[in-house]
Amino acid sequence: MNIVVLVKQVPDSGADRNLRSDDNTIDRGSANNVINEMDEYAIEEALKIKEAHGGEVTVLTMGPDRATESIRKALSMGPDKAVHVVDDALHGSCAVATSKVLAAALNNLNADLVLCGAESTDGRVQVIPHMIAERLGVAALTGARKLTVDGATLTVERQTEEGYEVVTASTPAVVSVWDTINEPRYPSFKGIMAAKKKPVQTLSLADLGVAPAEVGLDGATSAVLEHSKRPPRSGGAKVTDEGSGGAQLVEFLATEKFV
Amino acid sequence: MSEVLVVVEATREFGVKKVTCEMLTLARELGTPSAVVLGGPGAAEALSAKLGEYGAEKIYAAESEEIDGYLVAPKATVLAELVRRVQPAAVLLASAQEGKEIAARLAVKLDNGILTDVVGLDADGTATQVVFAGSAIVKSKVTRGLPLVTVRPNSVTPAPAAATPVVEQLTVTVGDADKLAKVVDRVAEQKGSRPELTEASVVVSGGRGVGNADNFKLVEELADLLGGAVGASRAAVDSGFYPHQFQVGQTGKTVSPQLYVALGISGAIQHRAGMQTSKTIVAVNKDGEAPIFELADFGVVGDLFKIVPQAAEEIRKRR
Repeated sequence: MNIVVLVKQVPDSGADRNLRSDDNTIDRGSANNVINEMDEYAIEEALKIKEAHGGEVTVLTMGPDRATESIRKALSMGPDKAVHVVDDALHGSCAVATSKVLAAALNNLNADLVLCGAESTDGRVQVIPHMIAERLGVAALTGARKLTVDGATLTVERQTEEGYEVVTASTPAVVSVWDTINEPRYPSFKGIMAAKKKPVQTLSLADLGVAPAEVGLDGATSAVLEHSKRPPRSGGAKVTDEGSGGAQLVEFLATEKFV
Repeated sequence: MSEVLVVVEATREFGVKKVTCEMLTLARELGTPSAVVLGGPGAAEALSAKLGEYGAEKIYAAESEEIDGYLVAPKATVLAELVRRVQPAAVLLASAQEGKEIAARLAVKLDNGILTDVVGLDADGTATQVVFAGSAIVKSKVTRGLPLVTVRPNSVTPAPAAATPVVEQLTVTVGDADKLAKVVDRVAEQKGSRPELTEASVVVSGGRGVGNADNFKLVEELADLLGGAVGASRAAVDSGFYPHQFQVGQTGKTVSPQLYVALGISGAIQHRAGMQTSKTIVAVNKDGEAPIFELADFGVVGDLFKIVPQAAEEIRKRR
């Protein structure tokens, strides 16, 4: 099975993140940039499928030059090769344009299965899998906590508020996964060394046949007008339990009219 | 006034969800709300009274086995047709998994911008979003097409405004391209009568400090006494104390209730990402230095296994 995993480089969600003051885009320059955590689960799932059914795993990333670090990190887990869509004109692209670029790149990759994280930790927009599926005219099985491959038939358990849905489709398809699906492997030393030699193809917008005017800040379908820091919360009263902590807690809830 | 489409979120069991009433309330400030029901045969009838109560002047009912039997795509197709026909002032969906997914496909079909996790929307289409784990506020706008936004639950106070909706049945024509992802089974896992996590006014969450799955009964008991939902930190979920669908945080649900009670949760950034826009936060933790206390309006340092039962007892006494 020919599997493509979408991998996004994001600012570390465990640290302070900011928007740039000049154009309101994510400040990637000052951030510690890492692989979007949810994508590691997609990579793991791809590797498991390859191990069971054979095939090839390709990492696809759209991002600036520095995203190369995340691509090498992804490759060190075990994928065979990578495609990096990089072009200065992409800076500030909205989700609609991003899906256009990724779909154009996927058109050249003939994937049976496109795997991705259910959302990125920076935007948390959760729309890319369905946007890509819509553009490619393939099925989207999203929010998977379990994926079964049987020949060309894919079956996922999709988490819902009430429980889960069992959804099936034939390949080609896009499947997005949550972090409940598996436990991603750590790259081995051998894997890290091997990743340095794995092929990474870089593609520009011209290579994909996408006009620069359709992407980036100028081609965006939405705009951030302004941003501000949310005032940090300040801690209120803190008491140490000396036998009446529970009662004191309820007293507070009562003054706030929750009890 | 021009029409504002509100795509209805509802469950089989409980009917119209609170976020739908919130969206109708918001829609009334932007124009005339029309509710759009996308579901199986007969779906709209059970919902119409509630939709009218919150001001829906019109209900578009798209009901078919195909809408129910395939994932998302048929709903987006029907909605796109409706949007092209009525040219609404805005389209609102719930900022939950399916709402975002329908909106995603609609955005591509119409080549229209999209804004998700919106907590406020002005008449001129300027939206407010809270980003980066609740640390930044962003004002944004769709610049191509109409305002297509998904609204985060608990962002608007739902206010009734009775209307008598006119029901218009939509013809549903779904092509093969929308029947690629077939729903073969739906399995209910959530039991009991607790409110849904993202919609609840009160959320009581347990973390690693709860110790084991059995002890989560304590968290559930307090939640039930406060009429709230139960949540769990990632540490608690990863340790197998509580199911993943109740996880609050960066890789789980984002909640914004009136009251958030954190029991045995240290308050790692992963967790804060999902709850720090809650109105009032209360924390119990044995470590007085735990970062959760930096957020808490009221904190108790001590053993939750003593404090929580005492609090439960005290609440019962006050009834």
